Amino acid sequence: MFFLETTEKFFSYLGSILCFIKDTFYWLFTKKRDFRILGREIISVGINSFPLVFLVSLFIGIIIAFQTAYQLQQFQSEIHLASLVALSMVRELGPVITALIVAARSGASITAGIGSMKINEQVDALEAFGVEPIDYLVVPKFLAMTLCLPILVIYADLLGILGGYLVGMSKFSMSFGLYMRMTIDALGPIDLVSGMVKSLFFGSVIAFICCFEGFKPFSSIEVSSSVTKAIVRSFVMVIVIDCILTAFFYFI
Amino acid sequence: MSQEMIKLVNVKRSFKDKGILKGVNLSVGKGESFLLIGRSGAGKTVLLKTILGLLRPDSGTVHIEGQEITQLTKSKLEKVRLNFGLVFQNSALFDFLTVWENVSFFLKQHTALTKGQMRRKASETLALVGLKGIEDMYPYELSGGMRKRVAIARAIVYNPKIVIYDEPTTGIDPIAVDKIVSLIKDLHSRLFITSMIVTHDLDTGLEIADRIAFLLGGRIIFEGNREQIKESKDKRLIQFMSGASGGPIKEMEV
Repeated sequence: MFFLETTEKFFSYLGSILCFIKDTFYWLFTKKRDFRILGREIISVGINSFPLVFLVSLFIGIIIAFQTAYQLQQFQSEIHLASLVALSMVRELGPVITALIVAARSGASITAGIGSMKINEQVDALEAFGVEPIDYLVVPKFLAMTLCLPILVIYADLLGILGGYLVGMSKFSMSFGLYMRMTIDALGPIDLVSGMVKSLFFGSVIAFICCFEGFKPFSSIEVSSSVTKAIVRSFVMVIVIDCILTAFFYFI
Repeated sequence: MSQEMIKLVNVKRSFKDKGILKGVNLSVGKGESFLLIGRSGAGKTVLLKTILGLLRPDSGTVHIEGQEITQLTKSKLEKVRLNFGLVFQNSALFDFLTVWENVSFFLKQHTALTKGQMRRKASETLALVGLKGIEDMYPYELSGGMRKRVAIARAIVYNPKIVIYDEPTTGIDPIAVDKIVSLIKDLHSRLFITSMIVTHDLDTGLEIADRIAFLLGGRIIFEGNREQIKESKDKRLIQFMSGASGGPIKEMEV
């Protein structure tokens, strides 16, 4: 019985979130956008994430460089440090780490923000004044998320590579020119494309889950549980989608 | 009664198997000031949201100006809602907008006025509810009474045909209550609109309304004017009016 109930719950959740996604796309293409609201969202989702992404990606770059160097030492081929750091950053860690940062930082604020509007009747007020909440609240956040995440990922990739260079320079006294040439040589177009495709998927999934959960609560205690659910589900979905896309790009 | 603005026929609605509205019949005439009273938790807000089409009834019909709204699509409902101005229970002002942006929110969404025109209109409406010089403040900087007034200004700025007040006097001090009551009366006579006031506060309600309906246990058990409610022999009504805890209305009945 437990299994049946869980399956039923899962499918009803899936159904309602798919309806929600459909509504979002419907309003995305039917109404005129207010670019001031979109700008505000881009600042809160994207621009304000730059410092945190800076810090985390730089350190991740340094960590991978050390870890890679340790393994390469056994084959006396530390020269490949640059290419390995670049590939892991651009293909995998850049998109995933950035998505997790943005989900935890901006996703949580989206869910909490919509949730508190919901329990204060502000969402009802929007509807009462003839404004569709999905159009007014969700679409700008969705757009901001899917626009900003790829940009943040490129930024994170560059910083990760810089972190790798810091290790290459101090430990193996590589010159900047050599390190960069090895980096660029290692990266093919498919690597860049896979990173960008991933970030687009991650951005929209985070936006959908976090907005959707925001409309759920009826009381303040439910706001906190909604935020938890939104972040947990976003994390899980980012990893699941990453797994699927990594496999996809491996085989094509 | 001249013309029916709002009419409910046998409206039922339940939440999680708990019946909140169990067959409500109600009609509000044009230009009337109508009072809906009931205990806290009697389903007043649910009834309001049903009238506005924010909630769909499980069965029964809702008519606004003769048009049935229960089966309408979302975009058509949006048009019907433009007839309404709604003052929410806890004001529900948008936290991220300033006072004047809150008041002119409707104008911004549905008209092509310029920013200057909207601001002027917002200031005029704020003056109408007795507020001046707070246009650029944010809602959290205001007192509860002021927020109520801003919410009223936001509801009347586009001259709706019906203004609904959900608990307009809850959570503010007695002097502010008095001011809000006279404001509602004043607006009603000056703007020639239909007002519907939903409250559990009978004294203030009776001061404002022409006609009164009493909601108990998901049904309307009384409908009539001020004199009729005072002469009513219904024990439940007498208990509610005197505020006694002992009587036919038990805790469980809500």
